Amino acid sequence: MATGPTTHPAMTALPPNARSGDAALTRAPGGVDGDRAFAGATLAAALAVPAILLAVFLLLAIDAEPALTRFGASFVTSSTWDNVKEQFGTLPYIYGTVVTSLLALVLATPVGLGAALFITEYAPRRLRTPVAFTIELLAAIPSIVFGLWGFFALTPVMRSTVEPFLKATIGPVPVVGALFQGPSLGKDLFTGGVILAIMILPTVVAISREVLLAVPTMQREGMLALGATKWEAISGAVLPYARAGIAGAAILGLARALGETMAVTMVIGNSSRKITGSLLTPGYTMASAIANQFNEADNELYFSAVVGVAAILLVVSALVNLFARVLIWSITRNAAQGARA
Amino acid sequence: MTATHSQIEALVRPEPVRHHVPHGPELPGHWMQVINLSVWYGARQAVEGVNMTVRPKAATAIIGPSGCGKSTFIRCLNRMHEVGAGVNRVSGQVLLDGHDIYAPSVDPVKVRRHIGMVFQRPNPFPSMSVAENVVAGLRLVSNPTKSQVDETVERCLDQAALWDEVKDKLSASGASLSGGQQQRLCIARALAVSPDVLLMDEPCSALDPIATAKIEQLIIELKRDYTIVIVTHNMQQAQRVADETAFFLAAEDRIGRLVEMAPTGQLFAHPADERTAAYVAGRFG
Ligand SMILES: Nc1ncnc2c1ncn2[C@@H]1O[C@H](COP(=O)(O)OP(=O)(O)O)[C@@H](O)[C@H]1O
Ligand SMILES: [Mg+2]
Repeated sequence: MATGPTTHPAMTALPPNARSGDAALTRAPGGVDGDRAFAGATLAAALAVPAILLAVFLLLAIDAEPALTRFGASFVTSSTWDNVKEQFGTLPYIYGTVVTSLLALVLATPVGLGAALFITEYAPRRLRTPVAFTIELLAAIPSIVFGLWGFFALTPVMRSTVEPFLKATIGPVPVVGALFQGPSLGKDLFTGGVILAIMILPTVVAISREVLLAVPTMQREGMLALGATKWEAISGAVLPYARAGIAGAAILGLARALGETMAVTMVIGNSSRKITGSLLTPGYTMASAIANQFNEADNELYFSAVVGVAAILLVVSALVNLFARVLIWSITRNAAQGARA
Repeated sequence: MTATHSQIEALVRPEPVRHHVPHGPELPGHWMQVINLSVWYGARQAVEGVNMTVRPKAATAIIGPSGCGKSTFIRCLNRMHEVGAGVNRVSGQVLLDGHDIYAPSVDPVKVRRHIGMVFQRPNPFPSMSVAENVVAGLRLVSNPTKSQVDETVERCLDQAALWDEVKDKLSASGASLSGGQQQRLCIARALAVSPDVLLMDEPCSALDPIATAKIEQLIIELKRDYTIVIVTHNMQQAQRVADETAFFLAAEDRIGRLVEMAPTGQLFAHPADERTAAYVAGRFG
């Protein structure tokens, strides 16, 4: 067949540098309309997000309204949740959510960052992809599977080994020791935080890894050329350059931990006893409280109170995100200051 | 082994240089000598058999077309290549004041403390202030007092001809300066650790002509006290700043070799090799 590129009419009709006349410069008919339609579609898509958010919030506000007006501030300050006496205070749930999420953050950030550093800086090249892939595979495990594993495998180990160890070692230390008091039950806030940490680890690793890979080689080499060791280059140049992104990775992990329901519900103990300050207390998170109770909320006030918990969860998530963002902002803003102090 | 044999021979009797270079520890200042240096990226050889003497307290320019191995070569002079991407291997010797920096007992980290480097693009640390950028290297080896910090910052910024421009914004981020100022900040940062030799890989290629002129002036002043090796693709720049110039070229095999090295005036006016003549006349590259 003689159909090579050289015989193609479009190529032979014009010498290579010939101008093809006005046709090349004229707008295709409908081109502008096409642009407008596409711009309109993207705008609609962009507007849909706040619209959905608003709809969710409105629905929550309307359904939660009876409980909120009846209990007022005590809905968030009271620790009594008694559907028989129709007393609904959500403080232990809020406390459980904040404590387990922060614990997850505290545990997952250093481990996740460490894993990301190993993958990007230390692992032999051929190990990097398998290690990263394995960690990110954690993200594919359904929450309920984590919950089952947590219930059958994690809680016994926590009860028999980890918690007695922490009580013996950290327990006597002033201040932080208060976090590890009381009997080790295995199903408590601490175990809830640990399982959340495992669940948000892939997020922290994946984002941190991307952030670390985005640090220009020149930053690292700039420090090495001053006579830094590899670790000094990482701690002196790479991590400071990447810190806003690493904080972002931690926030994304935190956001996931705040709303996580199934696995936590299975290991946290689901008991709304008094807030003790010890992590070894069984508790609830807001999400686990909703999951446990929305089914049995058979009267209007009880149902309204459960929806109220959901509304608060939404507000707490928003506030935590805001707080974290302010933190990042202040860190990056103050980055260059105080250096000559 | 023939390689070892020829290396020893080269040590005892250096390559027949085309010009007389006074060198050796008897002169004040730090000198370097490169003996039969070859570099590979994996299986591919990038540089072959370079012999060179770097005179103390002088600027040595390395010129040549893009891809001829200039960066590869200069990064071998402080073992910077070992931290970069690409599996690479080096054979031959690089001596600093007569000591082989590739000897098994030598710590590459310490080598880089003695032989500093300024890169093609300015790379200040954006999370640090101007002042902290200057003392970043100092903090690696000591815990300087505030007065030591202040003294070093002023002295090095002054040496880098930057003090007057930044003395009122020492606590601003290093990234807030202009490109030319950033590059001089990087030079100040390199000077703060009192290096024996300063390597520069096309330090002006990302800068405008005015900033370039300032850096060139700076190099001319710095070479009174420091031994400088500068890679440049700008032949005028080599003529303006360098006492000695080395011309690198990659042949068809894409392996870079040192074609000719001579005092700068001589290399440009009376090149001994016809390839050098063609290059400096602008006939290729
Ligand atoms: N990291 C690397 N891996 C593989 N080959 C490289 C690497 N860096 C440079 N090279 C090759 O080595 C040769 C010399 O490159 P380089 O030293 O950067 O030249 P120059 O600085 O003179 O432009 C080029 O052919 C380049 O493709
Ligand atoms: Mg180069």
